[in-house]
Amino acid sequence: MTEKILQAALSLSFILVGLSLLMIVWRFLRGPTLADRVVALDTLTAAAMGLIALVAIRSGFSLFVDIAVVLGLVGFLATVVFARFLLMRGAEDELPAQPQRRKGRRR
Amino acid sequence: MTSALDLLVAALLVAGAFFTFTAALGLVRLPDLYTRMHAASKVGTAGSGLLLLAAGLHAQDGAVVARVLVGLGFLVLGAPVAAHLIARAARRTGFEPE
Repeated sequence: MTEKILQAALSLSFILVGLSLLMIVWRFLRGPTLADRVVALDTLTAAAMGLIALVAIRSGFSLFVDIAVVLGLVGFLATVVFARFLLMRGAEDELPAQPQRRKGRRR
Repeated sequence: MTSALDLLVAALLVAGAFFTFTAALGLVRLPDLYTRMHAASKVGTAGSGLLLLAAGLHAQDGAVVARVLVGLGFLVLGAPVAAHLIARAARRTGFEPE
């Protein structure tokens, strides 16, 4: 009985996480600015970690948990690097009619 | 005992999947970069953390639970730092909140 409940919860979770991945990819493709895409990429990594955890439960290989941990670390590094890139590149071309940064204003 | 654990794992799974779905919904529906980041980083972290915890409990193995806790620690430490870096970079390159 509880086995059936667990299987049903697993199927529901697969559906919800799959839909989330599709929605995040939609935001990644659509996202009006580069920063939106970076946020979508960060969220995509987190959702993929969840999906890998679901696969670990369904397949019974607990080794997948290690993959999720490594994916989390790599995703964190990617987000940090993209944030640095965003900072260095500025926001010149993708933003219509943004106000200029005020002079003399420190971080 | 095992059945109670199964029920706990099922509850964690549904909660984690619900949080992940909420994060994606916020990412799609919210109007602004900062509000999208607010939904994505907090709720996304909670969702995948709960799913990882469910995987660790389902394995019923101390080593797996330890690895899950390490992954959870990295997630909880890393996600706010990453969100802060993106928000600071966006703010300094001229994004204004609507």
